[in-house]
Amino acid sequence: MTPILKITSLCKQFGGITATNNIDLNINEGEIHAVIGPNGAGKTTLISQLSGDLKADKGAILFQGDLITNMPSNKRSLLGIARTFQITSLMLDMSTLDNVALAVQAHSGHSYRFWQDARQDNQLIEPALYVLKQVGLLGRKDIITRELSHGEHRQLEIAMALATQPKLLLLDEPMAGMGGEETQKLIAIFKKLKTGKTMILIEHDMNAVFSLADQITVMVYGEIIATGSPKEIRANQKVKAAYLGDEELQTC
Amino acid sequence: MEKATRFTLRVKITVVIFLVLFFLPIYTGLTDNGFYLDLVNRLMILAIAAASLNLILGHGGMISFGHAAYLGIGAYCVGIPAYYGVDNGPLQIFLAVAASGIFALITGAICLRTKGVYFIMITMAFTQMVFFGFVSVEEYGGDDGLVIDTRSNFGSFINIEDNINLYYFILISLIICLFLIHKITKSRFGLVIEGSRSNEQRMRSIGFDTYRYRLICYVIAGCICGYAGALLGNFTNFISPEMMDWAASGELIFMVILGGTGSLLGPVFGAAAFVILEEWLSSLTLYWHFIFGALLIMVVLFARGGISGIVTYLGNRKQ
Ligand SMILES: Nc1ncnc2c1ncn2[C@@H]1O[C@H](COP(=O)(O)OP(=O)(O)OP(=O)(O)O)[C@@H](O)[C@H]1O
Ligand SMILES: [Mg+2]
Repeated sequence: MTPILKITSLCKQFGGITATNNIDLNINEGEIHAVIGPNGAGKTTLISQLSGDLKADKGAILFQGDLITNMPSNKRSLLGIARTFQITSLMLDMSTLDNVALAVQAHSGHSYRFWQDARQDNQLIEPALYVLKQVGLLGRKDIITRELSHGEHRQLEIAMALATQPKLLLLDEPMAGMGGEETQKLIAIFKKLKTGKTMILIEHDMNAVFSLADQITVMVYGEIIATGSPKEIRANQKVKAAYLGDEELQTC
Repeated sequence: MEKATRFTLRVKITVVIFLVLFFLPIYTGLTDNGFYLDLVNRLMILAIAAASLNLILGHGGMISFGHAAYLGIGAYCVGIPAYYGVDNGPLQIFLAVAASGIFALITGAICLRTKGVYFIMITMAFTQMVFFGFVSVEEYGGDDGLVIDTRSNFGSFINIEDNINLYYFILISLIICLFLIHKITKSRFGLVIEGSRSNEQRMRSIGFDTYRYRLICYVIAGCICGYAGALLGNFTNFISPEMMDWAASGELIFMVILGGTGSLLGPVFGAAAFVILEEWLSSLTLYWHFIFGALLIMVVLFARGGISGIVTYLGNRKQ
């Protein structure tokens, strides 16, 4: 299988802190690749470098064979890379539907259209409603985003990423702060999405990770200490020592 | 139900305002009172300028402290050709809009790379440059300004040398500008502008080149305000750099905030309040600017939605 994403010696420093240090990683098309690691390991920094929200200090990113290392985030989005934010990032002054419809709009040609009422435009509304239904937010479509609950904000994060119909989905702790039932629902959604999409999933919920991931990468202090199948990771001594508590492993 | 009543109060007020505006010249003609006509002319021109500022400030979150530059540029694009005997109206209007658009494009391209206070300061700095530019050009009167002998000539279409015709020309301009701005804010483009105000990073992340859309919005606002400037030149028959000093830009912001940011009629309310207060307060005291300041603080503290917000509130309470 050819990798859809090739990362070579990717680095990012914040002052004295090395957030990502010489990351080498290949992501194969169609797989769910989980990235796990303790707090501050550099997972979010890695995602931000892939999405273009952060510039890489060093290294290269190849997406479907194109070098995208210096491409701004909006262009990467148009190529088919979407992300969700660990710390929710939404258009809080606008309605739930507006947020998703904008994500659809960004991917349906230029927006130098000054005349027609965009909120009556079925080309935008219909796909947006479809995605809202998918994540279970349809009943909240007209609510101003600011007034949604924390869990709903998390759902909307995912809805916006999905609405751009990405090939590569970067999920930064999508389940964080969600209840057990909602988490199960999300796991089901991601399983269904697997056809035709590649996903990088950062998650602390080991249940979710081990039930979804085809590959797992473990990061500690900005470096990858292991990559492999869930089985291999579970057996890996270095991982055990550095990150996964023994009890956690047994419960999975 | 709630929505419906709010709607009707708004519509009622809008209809009343435009009916009054429409029949005002008949009243002033009967009572032979040109003073009110002048007052309302100025009000309507400022309302167009404030509405254009509202497009970037209210909808786009771009707090420009230099928007009066376009009033000045527009007015000089009437005054300078007139000085050379060129009174062709369409040409003057075209010059006013085009020059404003170019100025907005060049300065906006730089300003929009900055954020927050820096944006405010740099928009102000560019306008001060234009201000001092015109002050230093002796040919066009320097800081004494320039008298415009002839108003824009629109041939047989309309003769705005006649004050009543000029009034209706301005009124129709106001209606068209408000309608255009209304359409823009509801369009795909308008939603991109609103989204970029709300969360620019996320807008980029879902695929929008927000910088470009904001820049185009900045240019559109400049063009509309340039047009208002051309009207202002015709109305006052006089141009001077004073039209675009930083206080003039501040007054436009005052109108937008007082009227209610992001609402369609807010700038009209704001301009009306400004013109009426200015007229009334300046006859009472020399320190009328002080009262303006106090009023602005009150609005920001207690009535965020401005006059337009109060109308909405009353509409809700009535039902
Ligand atoms: N914008 C920033 N400026 C300065 N330091 C930063 C910045 N972003 C991240 N860091 C630092 O870089 C390191 C990696 O942070 P990062 O957010 O990537 O970790 P993470 O693996 O996502 O952690 P968590 O599991 O808590 O989300 C941390 O030490 C963090 O303090
Ligand atoms: Mg993180």
